[in-house]
Amino acid sequence: MILKVEEKGEVVVIQVKEERLDAHNSGELKSQMLSLFEESKNHIVIDLQEVRFVDSSGLGALVSGFKNASARNGNLKLCGLQPQVKSMFELTRLHRVFEIFSGLEEALASF
Amino acid sequence: MKNERIEVDIKVPNQTRYLSLIGKIGEDVARTLKKYKGDREELAYHINLVLTESMTNAIRHAHEGDPTKEVHITITIEDKELCIKVYDQGQGFDISTLPVPEIRCLEEHGRGVFIIHTLMDSVSYRKFNGGHVLEMIKALQ
Repeated sequence: MILKVEEKGEVVVIQVKEERLDAHNSGELKSQMLSLFEESKNHIVIDLQEVRFVDSSGLGALVSGFKNASARNGNLKLCGLQPQVKSMFELTRLHRVFEIFSGLEEALASF
Repeated sequence: MKNERIEVDIKVPNQTRYLSLIGKIGEDVARTLKKYKGDREELAYHINLVLTESMTNAIRHAHEGDPTKEVHITITIEDKELCIKVYDQGQGFDISTLPVPEIRCLEEHGRGVFIIHTLMDSVSYRKFNGGHVLEMIKALQ
């Protein structure tokens, strides 16, 4: 899985450079987030701009990151959701859980 | 005019690397429908999604990740009905006992079957030829 990880001050931005976030690759995103938490990097933005398709495993990986960040007094926020991806959050009611921003700059400014 | 009939029959190894391939085939099938009056791109996405979710369940739960097994998928369009069948060679799992994820919305797992039920009109899972088949039907209006 191609992930671009970049530190912007105290926030780590993970750009998912894949068209799909599914059961095949979502475990790698989860592992990447866990290694950040081990380094006490608990403020994360996941940029999903390039993701066209997300399944329940992809959502599960994001929920895992959200729960871990919250448990460490951090936060995990999302940005760049394409319409079909956004509809998946609405279908599963997860849009009520995550803070979702249209662009990266807005997400970063919210910390 | 005669109604169109499409039948796609595929077998792939029990590996998640094939999810993308099968999902794309489902999308392409949805895009070929000449008479569908609804949002074709939305239908394509939903077919991709239910194929991905049902294959993942077969790979991980029914087949317990065994790479020597295979998943058999059929996609049939006849009259105004789209039918997807996913055959597994496993012991099966009880899809009726899975809770609705809304009441435990911060669980990592358990949304796949909910998504399938939400997007399809009829879902059944039954024994078939020593394994099981998950049958999902959607009316095409």
